[in-house]
Amino acid sequence: MPTKHTLLSTAVGFGIAALASTAVAEEITIATVNNADMIVMQKLAPQWEEATGNSINWVVLEENVLRQRTTQDIATGGGSFDIMFIGAYETPIWGANGWLTSLNDFGDDPDYDLEDIFQLVRNGLSADGNLYAVPLYSETSFTFYRTDLFEKAGIEPPTEQITYTEFAEMAAKLHDPDNGVFGTCQRGKAGWGENMAFVGTMANAFGARWFDMDWNPQLDSPEWNAAITYYVDLMNNSGPPGATANGHNENRALFKDGKCATWVDATSAANDVRNPATSNVADVTDFFQAPKQETDKGTGWFWSWALAIPASSQKADVAKDFLKWATSKEYFQMVGDTEGWVAVPSGTRASIHEDPRLLEAAPFAETIKTAIFSVDPADPTRDPVPYTGVQFVAIPEFQGIGNYVGQQVAAALAGQMTVEQALANSQQFAVREMTKAGYIK
Amino acid sequence: MARAVSNRTKVANTAIAGALGFLMFFPILWILFLAFKTEEDAIRAPLEVLFGSGWTMESFATVQARSDYFKHFSNSVIISLGSTFLGLLVAIPAAWSMAFVPSKHTRNVLMWMLSTKMLPPVGVLVPIYLIFRDLELLDTRFGLTIVLMLINLPIIIWMLYTYFKEIPGEILEAARMDGATLRAEILYVLTPMAIPGMASTVLLNIILAWNEAFWTINLTASNAAPLTQFITSYSSPEGLFYAKLSAASVMAIAPILIMGWFSQKQLVRGLTFGAVK
Repeated sequence: MPTKHTLLSTAVGFGIAALASTAVAEEITIATVNNADMIVMQKLAPQWEEATGNSINWVVLEENVLRQRTTQDIATGGGSFDIMFIGAYETPIWGANGWLTSLNDFGDDPDYDLEDIFQLVRNGLSADGNLYAVPLYSETSFTFYRTDLFEKAGIEPPTEQITYTEFAEMAAKLHDPDNGVFGTCQRGKAGWGENMAFVGTMANAFGARWFDMDWNPQLDSPEWNAAITYYVDLMNNSGPPGATANGHNENRALFKDGKCATWVDATSAANDVRNPATSNVADVTDFFQAPKQETDKGTGWFWSWALAIPASSQKADVAKDFLKWATSKEYFQMVGDTEGWVAVPSGTRASIHEDPRLLEAAPFAETIKTAIFSVDPADPTRDPVPYTGVQFVAIPEFQGIGNYVGQQVAAALAGQMTVEQALANSQQFAVREMTKAGYIK
Repeated sequence: MARAVSNRTKVANTAIAGALGFLMFFPILWILFLAFKTEEDAIRAPLEVLFGSGWTMESFATVQARSDYFKHFSNSVIISLGSTFLGLLVAIPAAWSMAFVPSKHTRNVLMWMLSTKMLPPVGVLVPIYLIFRDLELLDTRFGLTIVLMLINLPIIIWMLYTYFKEIPGEILEAARMDGATLRAEILYVLTPMAIPGMASTVLLNIILAWNEAFWTINLTASNAAPLTQFITSYSSPEGLFYAKLSAASVMAIAPILIMGWFSQKQLVRGLTFGAVK
């Protein structure tokens, strides 16, 4: 009875398939920040849910809350999250602590093509040779400038990397507060991820470093003094009033509103600033490299937002499947097709950066790629250092030290203390913290 | 005899009170304005926000489309009502015993309970987190209800103790002489007399539990997350978010604000209960 046999086999087959799909259907929880790229991912994720039968709980938190919440959960093995959206600072530290699941096996999957992800970015998300996170986007810093204001002031846009001295001269020429245009807008809000991101790379350019090879803080060095003095003078002479209240968001809003002639900040803001729907200066903005001074090392920062799996997750296999989907070539192409190629996250995959559709929609993508490739987190300063990281030092103690120094620099900018005082306080604090942590005997 | 107050003083007092009231309400008012603006308009200069731009509901629509408001709302309702109810179950007998059967340690016990409110919550976060992890209470409404009940318990007991102290002990004695059991004494004699005070205690506790943001964010992920987490999800590290954050805030505070508005008479009456003889 072949018919009966076939029916029976089919029924058994369906039964097994149904059981299997029931068995593998899992619910994973993802902790993330609320930014444009993650909003797009949330929008597209139902396609992965439909294809796999799994479902996702999104936990969206403010960046600082996310850091505190995920650190607490991962350090205690709470297991509240299966995937975390973390940065280039946390990944190597947490990975080395054994808090993250290794993603080395992604290299065995030819469809995923791990080698297509920029080597520099993979290195930034690894510890002891193990990959612990895969990137959604990466950024460095470069200079946003207004082509119309440069032309009006008779300034030729730089084609080579200029010095900060030349940059200050440009900003002074462009400064026209009576007409609501400031020569330059830079981060002034205190915090290691705010003013110190810009100040840190500028200090690198002036030949400064956070620590010497024996982990002795170097904040009272002449190089730091020159850098902070320059920063305070630049902002006082050519910046907007009340700059200590301005972080990335505020400056982005000022620039898009046509209030700033120049702005050295994240390449990831380029899409937004060049988008006519969200920016008043979309057609008159272009970019050049962040300036150098004594050296061209570490003059642009490196940051990557990436997805990682905590070691405490009980659903690592499903989480890995999602990670592969969310950072695959196909995902980036899907973003391009549904949201427009200008919205594709940048600085991650070589094949995406070579895609003609991206180059047509976002001609500045090539500039971003060049800027990212000019960064080397393993060799960020003129003099040798024992740490990796351009605008941060990849040690757990840096967060506290960076925040403190950021507050002192902001106080110097606000005129509440001299640059010398600010750096002396910073040095004292850093020495105390590094001694307490056992780096200095 | 009431002291005579001149009209001029009355007007001045009213003006000062009005100005202070406006000052305190202004942040909420501004959130309300920004919630009805586009992101681009929300970052304009204050006068431009008010007069130089249009009004829109798009932020509410975006927030509603992107988040499950009603899940967060129901979590907030369950957690604040649950913690208040559980708190009353413990606090009424405790306050009764301290008010009517005091021992020489009562005052110290009361002070000790109050002193637990002086401890910074972050100081006990890690132990509580670990206990919750081991008991599998992380991200559960039950766990959060217990924690909120415990952190608000000193306030509930103190308030009820103050109200109970105002009730003459002789009334309870009379009930006892009539053969009332302890349960009947508390349920049918004490509780009805302390209703205004208990009502304000309940209202205040609901408000405190609704607005609690430290434990509700730290002990939840998605299943038990209340409106406090709903708000924080609209703050962003980059890009414009003031209008959406304001819309989310308005949606989160509206229920408790409306409840407070309607019950303010009861709340004030309860809070001043016993202050004026």
